[in-house]
Amino acid sequence: MTTLSLGPFNRVEGDLEVHLDVEDGRVAAARVNSPLFRGFEQILEGKAPTDAMVITPRICGICSVAQSMAAARALADAMGLDVPPNGELATNLILAAENVADHLSHFYLFFMPDFARDVYAGRGWHAPAAERFRALSGRATAEVIPARAAFLHLLGTLAGKWPHTLTLQPGGSSRAIETGERVRLLAIVAHFRRFLEERLFGDTLERIAALDSAAALDAWRDAASPFASDLRGFLHVADDLGLERLGRADDRFMSYGAYPCEGSPTFAQGVWIDGTRRVLDVDGIAEDLSHAWMAGPGEPLPPARGITQPDMDRADAYSWCKAPRLAGRTVEVGALARQLVDGHPLIVDLVRVSGGNVRNRVVARLLEIARTLMSMERWLRSLRAGEPYCVFGRMPADAEGAGLIEAARGSLGHWLRVHKGRISSYQIIAPTTWNFSPRDRGGTPGALEQALVGTPVDPLVDDPVSVQHIVRSFDPCMVCTVH
Amino acid sequence: MRRSFSVLWLQSGGCGGCTMSLLNAESPDLLATLSGFGIHLLWHPSLSEASCSDVTTLLRRLCDGTEPLDALCVEGSLLRGPNGTGRFHMLGGTNRPMIDWVRELSGRARYTVAVGTCAAFGGITAAGNNPTDACGLQYDGAEPGGLLGADYRSGAGLPVINIAGCPTHPNWVTETLMTLALGEMDETALDALRRPRMYADHLVHHGCTRNEYYEFKASAEKPSDMGCMMEHLGCKGTQAHGDCNTRLWNGEGSCTRGGYACINCTAPNFEEPGHAFAVTPKIAGIPIGLPTDMPKAWFVTLASLSKAATPRRVKVNAVHERTMIPPTIHGLPED
Repeated sequence: MTTLSLGPFNRVEGDLEVHLDVEDGRVAAARVNSPLFRGFEQILEGKAPTDAMVITPRICGICSVAQSMAAARALADAMGLDVPPNGELATNLILAAENVADHLSHFYLFFMPDFARDVYAGRGWHAPAAERFRALSGRATAEVIPARAAFLHLLGTLAGKWPHTLTLQPGGSSRAIETGERVRLLAIVAHFRRFLEERLFGDTLERIAALDSAAALDAWRDAASPFASDLRGFLHVADDLGLERLGRADDRFMSYGAYPCEGSPTFAQGVWIDGTRRVLDVDGIAEDLSHAWMAGPGEPLPPARGITQPDMDRADAYSWCKAPRLAGRTVEVGALARQLVDGHPLIVDLVRVSGGNVRNRVVARLLEIARTLMSMERWLRSLRAGEPYCVFGRMPADAEGAGLIEAARGSLGHWLRVHKGRISSYQIIAPTTWNFSPRDRGGTPGALEQALVGTPVDPLVDDPVSVQHIVRSFDPCMVCTVH
Repeated sequence: MRRSFSVLWLQSGGCGGCTMSLLNAESPDLLATLSGFGIHLLWHPSLSEASCSDVTTLLRRLCDGTEPLDALCVEGSLLRGPNGTGRFHMLGGTNRPMIDWVRELSGRARYTVAVGTCAAFGGITAAGNNPTDACGLQYDGAEPGGLLGADYRSGAGLPVINIAGCPTHPNWVTETLMTLALGEMDETALDALRRPRMYADHLVHHGCTRNEYYEFKASAEKPSDMGCMMEHLGCKGTQAHGDCNTRLWNGEGSCTRGGYACINCTAPNFEEPGHAFAVTPKIAGIPIGLPTDMPKAWFVTLASLSKAATPRRVKVNAVHERTMIPPTIHGLPED
């Protein structure tokens, strides 16, 4: 058996190290280390509750709005506030803009450049893939960076800037949109739709969203030449490399549900276990500290009673990341989980055929770009002139609240306790905390650790590229993971 | 053809938001800007192909001088804890604290650049009880020192250049790098906190769309109101150094235009203002933080005068989400 230690991983947000035990040319065991600790949960203790709106977005520069949104919901929950319809629409738009931009950055800047690597020089698709996706110099890279920047003008108007806005409030948005501004925002979305339809999809968003089975996706892929669009290019590469056989975890998925509109989420809440959707019981969430550099009891703690106290000397620890579990079991979160739990027929069929894997995670993310942008157009048209964007209330001296939302990378939860008007406890479980968790006290590995087992690896090659595809297919955000 | 200007970018105790903001550069966009000035990214954690052993090989070549380094850019605070070991951030795959890498590489760089308030002064990571003993490259809050020490000078003889901001505006970073690549950066281009003066010689107040409300002390009472946010909502735009309201963010934005207070994020210790961020601390009804360079007696006198003179339009609109009374149109024929 040989042991590989891989790092620093780049084109993930933050720093990452992966340890692999390799036997007979395959990964026998994996251990994932989140090597950076900053201590946000400790920083928040003793602060005024509203200070969470300044501090928590700065956990992460790529999911900044998602962190704000979870904090706003936790505060609103503690204050008993109900957001008015315009506030709901505006905050949905702000979060959706970040999520779509993140999916786009992931595909073009983080994930696809690995197919331009020289290790694939013998493949028929390598030359067009390298021309389009080579890091920093690919043609697609040069197109997508300005397209993304132009799209984020939405947040200049809706949120003042991105990242790190304070527009999001517990009771809605502090930036009312005037009638004239709404038209400008629609123009920005229309411009971005054109980029997506011409470059990413080579088809209308509606036709992408209407793909309803694995067979329909294959037929769509073959209806035009391989690099007629970037999605088609990816599907050809995925087919040739068998990316649907790479990076499967245990096929248990969770989504908190996304983008509420007058009482019901645009993407449903639930868990997907054994091929069916079930109700999510959030009381089943607890964090295990057995393999983290954290002091605390042997028993897993629910986040409302969680503690964060670094302890470099903990035996068996190998990461700063805690191990969250749902009813004692691991779950995978992200766009694939979200679209699956929502019952999108393409994703349901893809997972039925081949489970959660590198290809299906990427397809779900791109499908979600199409579906989300269509929702954004609808929300913009639904803004009601003259009606309020925000309501206000008082924080009781003693209160508790939880904010559960969906960030680009999956389920994000904030649990807050206020005592005598100050934050007495603040616990965060981020999407990558779920996906890149270390082992728990029963020895069960986290989702990525499971997904890496069985991966073919040539021990003579440094930094096996298959491992990189699997790691990046989760779109990890390491700065959120430990926070 | 000018020679290429090499940049190594490292991230430590921060959020990566300054990189995410950098990608928002426009007219020209980021890649066009870099290539137009011969700026070559040796490695960037979000943008480069190289990963794992390719990176550690590069770092070793830079440390031993085999490969020259023009600019070392550091994003995120430097984590000295626990107990001075730096183990709160071990650079992945190297089993070595990031602060040790930064100390060694800064000895090789012609210029060392702190990107963002975390790398400049410690920033949000140093807030509260500063659990990781976070500091900036050459400052610990407002105190000179930090990781590299007050006497540090890079190969070109300059102290660390502090592009402070949380996050940084993309053009603050690109224009600093362009100035360096042109060989035009010297200490006169930096303010007393070594922030580039091209943005730090301005106040956020300059160009604020709420200036009419400020003039009449017509104040917002709650977030979402259109009035001036200085009196009640913690806004420090009249004291904060930055050109946010003239340069603008993501097209047409800025904090005050987005409906929220300036929190003075380009300043050391902004993370610990000594009061809740969203509330203005006052003594006898007068805000403690007065507009920069304004004598207190004059501020109080002018404020009471202008409050008395506030037009009804301004007074009403100040406490609403949207314009309730539009400005009068002059020169219309009488009814």
